[in-house]
Amino acid sequence: MPLIMILYYVICAYLAGMLLWNFIREKKSVNDMLLYLLVMIPLILRILRVK
Amino acid sequence: MSRVWIVKSILLLVIIAMMAVAGTQLYKHRHFKMPVVAGLGVTKVAKLSDYIEGLKGTVADTNVFFLEGKEEGGKILIIANTHANEPAAILSALIFVENAVVDKGTLIIIPEFNNSAGRNTRPGDGYPLYFKIPTDWGSKKFRMGNRDASPLDQWPDPDVYVHYPEKQLLSFLDVRNTNRTWPGRPKGPLMEQVTYGAMQIMRQEKVDIAVDIHGAETMFPVTNCIVAPTKSMRIATMTSLTVKSRERFENHVEPSPSGFRGLSHREIGDYSDALPFLLEAPLPFLDQPTGPKTVDLLLDGKDPFLLSLSKKKKLFVPYDETGWPMEKRVGQHCSVVLEIVRQYSRKFPDKAIKLRNVPRYADVVQNGVGHYYHDPNKANKADVYFN
Repeated sequence: MPLIMILYYVICAYLAGMLLWNFIREKKSVNDMLLYLLVMIPLILRILRVK
Repeated sequence: MSRVWIVKSILLLVIIAMMAVAGTQLYKHRHFKMPVVAGLGVTKVAKLSDYIEGLKGTVADTNVFFLEGKEEGGKILIIANTHANEPAAILSALIFVENAVVDKGTLIIIPEFNNSAGRNTRPGDGYPLYFKIPTDWGSKKFRMGNRDASPLDQWPDPDVYVHYPEKQLLSFLDVRNTNRTWPGRPKGPLMEQVTYGAMQIMRQEKVDIAVDIHGAETMFPVTNCIVAPTKSMRIATMTSLTVKSRERFENHVEPSPSGFRGLSHREIGDYSDALPFLLEAPLPFLDQPTGPKTVDLLLDGKDPFLLSLSKKKKLFVPYDETGWPMEKRVGQHCSVVLEIVRQYSRKFPDKAIKLRNVPRYADVVQNGVGHYYHDPNKANKADVYFN
């Protein structure tokens, strides 16, 4: 796997981590909670090399 | 547990369930192995990585079937699934792999050329993940792929794809399109390595004819045709005229544009001694103004919106209530390949190729495509190959 592809997965993991952190910190808006989780889907699928 | 955490837990479970359902389907699709029964004519099966080291162990590696005659003659290479969302190509190639017998010359077949694209899909367009072809012993299941290789295997895309070696600027997507990356290079992006591997087969095996099988929209002018550069034009024209007069189907000839780089019918001719031909059969499934992209549309090509457009003369092929069934498309490909071989053998008798046991247009239309596939469960296990 080329270095740039490895960096891409690192970026994906970082963004997924930030979204998860925001999801945990969110206390009021259910909409925002749902949005954080939805945005995480493609990142998780990419990290798992599914899609 | 507070109310907030109850809501969060429910949301998390719903999203995980959605991801698991969709992810499992996509994972299974990517790892689905399709059996191919090597027919009596197959003398050896190689891998594309035998011709380019860099593909070994990657998803882009694929099977290469050799059917060698007892008598020396010319050599033909058939490439299918360059675009894995044009399935008449692989269906035609498998008819040759499972049935053809070569008496003179050599037939080389790569049924799943862009193996990565065959494991990719287009969920945004509602592509089905699989389709089944009815056979005499049940049905044979195929993966429905995409036009381009999966980003899981080649990433990132550039802003603009600079073609090698002509330096023409192409769409960024074309870096994953194996009909834009010809002639390729050994250390380039993965899809350039795939096309380079095929060029190495042509150079090392001294291939005389290269046929790349495709499908195209009915609203696209380059459809239902043979695309050929100047060096292949005579044989393409004779083939077109002969199938029209003898087998009663249209397959006109389109010249390969010299200024449009990266295509098989252009670069194979320019960078090897082989005569390239690109075959296009109509594929209503690819047209934009259709109903849902269902398996039925893929297989029978019937669509009310295209029928309406046909009545307004907006299509480039004849189209009526019968659509464009898969049997017609595969039958055309089989007949055109056989006719190219016959015309080549007439022109170069010292390099003639003699093939038998391959059905022609009328046979496939009458018997169906699946009639020519063998049951992998009843075949000798040593003859079953998976891609």
